[in-house]
Amino acid sequence: MNEIAATRRGVHDRLGELPTTERAVFRPGRTLSLRVEFVRQLRRRRTQLAALLLIVLPVIVAVALKVNNGGGGRGGGGGGGGGAGGSALITLGTAGATNFAFYTEFASAAFLLVVIVALFCGDTVASEASWSSLRYLLAIPVPRPRLLRQKLTVALCLSLGANLLVPVWSFLVGGVFFGWAPAQSPLGGSFSTGVGLQRLLIVVAYASVQSLLVATLAFLLSVLTDAPLGAVGGAVLLVVVSNILDAITALGSYRDYLPTHFQYSWLDALGPSVNWDDMIRGTGVALTFSAGFLALAWWRFERKDIVS
Amino acid sequence: MLLPRSRLPRSRTVRALLAALVVVVLVAAGIALFRPGSPHIATRSQFVAGTPEGRTPVRLDTTVYLPAKTPAPAILLAHGFGGSKTDLAPEARSLAADGYVVMAYTARGFGRSGGSIHLDAPNYEVADARLLVSYLAAMPQVVKDHPGDPRIGVAGSSYGGGLALLLAGTDRRVDAVGADITWNDLSTALFPNAAEGGAPGVFKKLWAGQLFGAAASRTPSGSGCGRFAADVCAAYQRAAATGRPDATILSLLRASSPARVLSRITAPTLLSQGEQDSLFDLSQADANARGIAATGTPTKVVWRSGGHDGGTSTSQLESYLRGWFDPILKHGRVPDRSFTASLTGAALSAQDGSSIDQTVQVEGGYGAGRQVPTTLSGPSTTVFAPAGGNPAAVTAVPGLGGLLGQAAGLAGVAGASQLSSIPGQFASFPSKPLAKTALVAGSSTVRLRITARSTTDATLFASLHDVAPDGTDTLPSGLVAPIRLTGMRPGVPTTVTVRLPGIVQSVPAGHRLVVRVATTDLAYQLPVDARSYDVALASPQLQLATVVGRTQSTGHPWPWLIVGVVAMGLFLLGAALSAIRRRRRRSFEPALQEVPVSIEHLGKVYADGYRAVDDVTFSVQPGQVVGLLGPNGAGKTTLLRTLMGLIAPTTGTIRLFGELVGPGAAVLSRTGAFIEGPGLLPHLSGRDNLRLFWAATGRPHEDADFETALEIAGLGPSIERRVKTYSQGMRQRLAIAQAMLGLPELLILDEPANGLDPPQIIEMREVLRRYAETGRTVVLSSHLLDEVEQTCTHVVVMHNGRLITAGSVQEIVGAVAGPDRLRVADPERAVRVLAAAGIDADQVATRHSLEEVFMQLVGADE
Repeated sequence: MNEIAATRRGVHDRLGELPTTERAVFRPGRTLSLRVEFVRQLRRRRTQLAALLLIVLPVIVAVALKVNNGGGGRGGGGGGGGGAGGSALITLGTAGATNFAFYTEFASAAFLLVVIVALFCGDTVASEASWSSLRYLLAIPVPRPRLLRQKLTVALCLSLGANLLVPVWSFLVGGVFFGWAPAQSPLGGSFSTGVGLQRLLIVVAYASVQSLLVATLAFLLSVLTDAPLGAVGGAVLLVVVSNILDAITALGSYRDYLPTHFQYSWLDALGPSVNWDDMIRGTGVALTFSAGFLALAWWRFERKDIVS
Repeated sequence: MLLPRSRLPRSRTVRALLAALVVVVLVAAGIALFRPGSPHIATRSQFVAGTPEGRTPVRLDTTVYLPAKTPAPAILLAHGFGGSKTDLAPEARSLAADGYVVMAYTARGFGRSGGSIHLDAPNYEVADARLLVSYLAAMPQVVKDHPGDPRIGVAGSSYGGGLALLLAGTDRRVDAVGADITWNDLSTALFPNAAEGGAPGVFKKLWAGQLFGAAASRTPSGSGCGRFAADVCAAYQRAAATGRPDATILSLLRASSPARVLSRITAPTLLSQGEQDSLFDLSQADANARGIAATGTPTKVVWRSGGHDGGTSTSQLESYLRGWFDPILKHGRVPDRSFTASLTGAALSAQDGSSIDQTVQVEGGYGAGRQVPTTLSGPSTTVFAPAGGNPAAVTAVPGLGGLLGQAAGLAGVAGASQLSSIPGQFASFPSKPLAKTALVAGSSTVRLRITARSTTDATLFASLHDVAPDGTDTLPSGLVAPIRLTGMRPGVPTTVTVRLPGIVQSVPAGHRLVVRVATTDLAYQLPVDARSYDVALASPQLQLATVVGRTQSTGHPWPWLIVGVVAMGLFLLGAALSAIRRRRRRSFEPALQEVPVSIEHLGKVYADGYRAVDDVTFSVQPGQVVGLLGPNGAGKTTLLRTLMGLIAPTTGTIRLFGELVGPGAAVLSRTGAFIEGPGLLPHLSGRDNLRLFWAATGRPHEDADFETALEIAGLGPSIERRVKTYSQGMRQRLAIAQAMLGLPELLILDEPANGLDPPQIIEMREVLRRYAETGRTVVLSSHLLDEVEQTCTHVVVMHNGRLITAGSVQEIVGAVAGPDRLRVADPERAVRVLAAAGIDADQVATRHSLEEVFMQLVGADE
């Protein structure tokens, strides 16, 4: 106690010596720089765990496929894709690096990437609210639209990172496990490695555009609620509901307007030639919904009473 | 007390979201449940008299499906070979539900209908159908164009489709036709010859045998003819025995062929044909389409997946039919004249990644295809045909052909391509790798020079393969085109133009097209003697039948993207505009430039109607330490939140140093705040918290004065530990230090003494006093009177959201007088003296005067 009191006395003297007041120049455009926000997010356990998961998963899948295939002896089969009915992608998954990347992308896009993107974007504002640090950021003051912009930018970068990590890492893992053979199309024929990588790039780009939709939805919920789990879970829930509705064939062409209807249109890039139509539609749907979600988020946050 | 209330708007958002979700699900469920509709459909089964066979009357087994609302247009449904009217029940019900009077019937020679099978002969089956049209014309439930002329469509698959075309060609009362997987000319379907201008070709023995056997074996009879009419049966048996058609069977087959009557069809016609069909291939539909369109009759052409080799789904046909008949029969509108084709396995299912078909709309409609010359190469090759025609290549097997074709093309089943290509039996003429993707649709043609070594005739099978760069060989749908040449001279070449099988296949860039000419095919009648031919290209040009197709879906994709880009653009524009508006909204009052806090008529009503602050007015001058005093729920925290721009006031204004406070007001950078508990990042250390918080302000590192802040926090080495391990008091001190980073001109502290122990509280008082002495200003809130009286120079008393009084501590204590007091030297004695004098007196402990004041001010309400 004595020691603390001693240091305090130092403080009193220090305060006593302070100049009266100096007017600092405040630049709103410098608040909460991307670097700072990146450090804030990257040092979180959940970011590190998500990255770890994405790194471990392809390895587990590769080991499982390898064991299942009894050492992967089907090198020169040469034929095209899988049989009718089953997933052509699974059958081809062990054909080489690119095919393995296609397969893990297909397997993880369904749910894993949705959850991770929802986590990065849904938790970003809501967790600040739950830690009460949101009000201190706003009192700096970080202008509210700027706060959203910086947080969204960082969350989207992390989501994009996850979207890139899965196929790129899978490509490397697949290469190590199954060799670097040219990609085979599940619709027959094969690609040269260059074309295969080009297609992988299209797949990643389109999948990222599609996850923009999940990202902005989660971000909107993140602004609406103070519970990070609520935002993440809500976004995943809505995606699941949209998927269920999409499975009801009786809804006919109304399903085209569901946010997740064109989620897998990147499969059209795996054929002998790329069919862009549904990917163009899917991009339009994703952009429209995203713009709506973002506009709502911006509108709401601007007017929101921060009481958390 | 404040918190639960302020959470209400949030739970309202959640409720609104949940409600929206429920509405969406209910609407979807509603659409799903009621869209197909299941109105009551009455059925009536009875026998109708058909054309007698000689003297024997023939009765036809019919069922009429009546829709809920009549009169309605009629549709006559005919079944496929070997079937009966019960096969048509699902289709009939669905069409009746769609508002048609539907008659399904069993053709003569099948099921419970009488008579024999005449293969859609004009005098029997077609005449029967005319009688049924007349029967429908007599029904009051059927809409009539004229008396005796019902509004009627006729449809069927295969055998029924042939009947539909033949009926439309002979009965003008028919208004629309839907013919699926049917023939143009039975003689060319069963004895095809791909050599142009050639005689009747090679007997399709597997298919013919299968069809005949299927119908004949149902009713065993001594002749082996079952219910076939005697002339049909005899003709078949002769052909099957010799493998050659005679004049009788040719004339019989031609009589039963729509080719004869196409020019007389005036009703709009839907022609759908299966792409996996080695019985009635696309060239049959092509001949029908050209024949009907030649007279200007509207046609719609659908090349669908499936066919006699692949699975044929009725629901698919029914969706085509409904879309086709509705405009013509119900609305009298122009029929759809489009041309669509299905690309087998051209897409991947989004559900499980399996390959699925893709439908493309052909631009320009039917007949808009182009013949693209494609150069082939390859030397003249000698091919051998084995004696007895064995071993023979297996390409399409009736009912299995599609499967084998898919196996060869897609699944990489080892041996499938070996089955269809026996070494020594074929010649190949490959093209160069295609420069760009070609959508092949229809029959391509190639000119060949064929020399028979020892015979005067030749039987060969031509096909078009798609070969991938890795050598994967695909024979689309397993189709081959038989060539039969006669009147040749041994050793002398014959040049012939060959129509290759009609296929639909997207051949990607980089793939080669290979024309293959083989000597055997299991499905056809083959010569029994061993022979050999020289096969060469007569012209290196393959005339490749191509079309331009686009994926059939809801129109062009670009509007979707445009909407998306515009929406995103609008959002960005809106965000930019609101930023500009916000900048303009800034308001500054020069007169108040030196006044740290100036609050006028401030009121805040929360969304749920709770009035937290009501008409509060006061100001704070530089160098003051102002205490905001009031019990819990007095509105102190709401006031401080409003002061920091965190919540918007309902009424009144707050100015800091003259500038109006709102969200993100720049003047807030001159304040430091600690409001309602700490807000720290639990995963970072105390030092990192301070460092990152300051970094977030974007101001220079040296302005922060970290040393001072760290000493105020007084955490010692704990500053390096993660905040989540801190006690409440440590967090409190860290958060106060954070508020003092950069030594702001105005320091706002909400209940700073909470969680601090008494020595720390004393230290805190000293810090604040010194802080104010530098000319800076401190506003703190507290519900502890002691605290405020000892720390503050000024006090603002609040209760129930209202300002009770404000002023310096001395003023307030002086202004509000307590009960008169009497200071005495000896209280014990004074009490006794007073009691003796008849004055009641109690001995009371000395209290802090502010507390008394406060109790007096707010006491009335408690």
